[in-house]
Amino acid sequence: MTTTPPGTAAVNTLLAVRRARDMIDRCYAEPVDLDRIAREAGYSRYHLVRAFRAAYGETPGRFLTRRRVERAQDLLRSVNVTVTEVCHLVGFSSLGSFSSLFTELVGMSPSEFQRSAHENAPPPIPGCYVLMWSAPMTTNAARRSPGQKPDAPTD
Amino acid sequence: MITKMGVASVFVNDYEEAKAFFVDKLGFELRSDVQMENGFRWLTVGPPSSPAFQLALTVPGPPMHDEETAASIRALMAKGALSAGAWNTDDCRKTYEEYAARGVEFLQEPAERPYGVEAVFRDNSGNWYSLNELNDQAFDQRAMAEAFESGTSE
Repeated sequence: MTTTPPGTAAVNTLLAVRRARDMIDRCYAEPVDLDRIAREAGYSRYHLVRAFRAAYGETPGRFLTRRRVERAQDLLRSVNVTVTEVCHLVGFSSLGSFSSLFTELVGMSPSEFQRSAHENAPPPIPGCYVLMWSAPMTTNAARRSPGQKPDAPTD
Repeated sequence: MITKMGVASVFVNDYEEAKAFFVDKLGFELRSDVQMENGFRWLTVGPPSSPAFQLALTVPGPPMHDEETAASIRALMAKGALSAGAWNTDDCRKTYEEYAARGVEFLQEPAERPYGVEAVFRDNSGNWYSLNELNDQAFDQRAMAEAFESGTSE
């Protein structure tokens, strides 16, 4: 018998799925598959999907898709880049699946969204600027050693 | 009339770990660390540039919370659902480099936003905060409405 306070197991599960969720938020622009997400939590794929859905109300895959589409909306709204560039910047490899998932979640296609966003005002930020700034995301991920947990104790 | 924010409050997992994070990693000053008779610990920190502001760090539990309430708060912290707001900085990218080098966990690297440059990080209890370098139009309501409302309506 251990003397851990009540609810410790539940809290530990939540900490594990949060590691997975934070990894998605950090690395959505990279090729992220379920194996990598589950590894971040230290769970099997099956256990991760169940625990993640119990905590956040959707599967990790769905959360990743929503994060990518939300980032795509932000870029389409504020940056002068093409839909194809946005598709790759937020981590989709196929323009077809990007367009259909975007349309499903937003209610209009990426190009329709971009047109309507730019009706009132031109995008404030030149695309080249964002393309330059999107680079550090990858270098930062590469800097982190493979086995290192991002929210392991930092001391 | 209220003039400004004096104390904001955030729940933390552990007093010593939280104090170390805010002082050692973020460079905050310790403002107060007092243990009251009933066991309540008044631990506050703040950025050197805001000497009149205190962030109170509180571990959920007695005497303020019953065990069920404390467990609920701990669960929300563990999920990463809680935030205590946004910090301002004169240089988001420089501050990001400093903090990341000290091991602060960032969810989002500095990025251009309509209101300035913004990064997002967590403290070591799981609370998330924005780190903002605000620009000239951050408080321009019309500019913000144009930046955020366009594209969302027909």
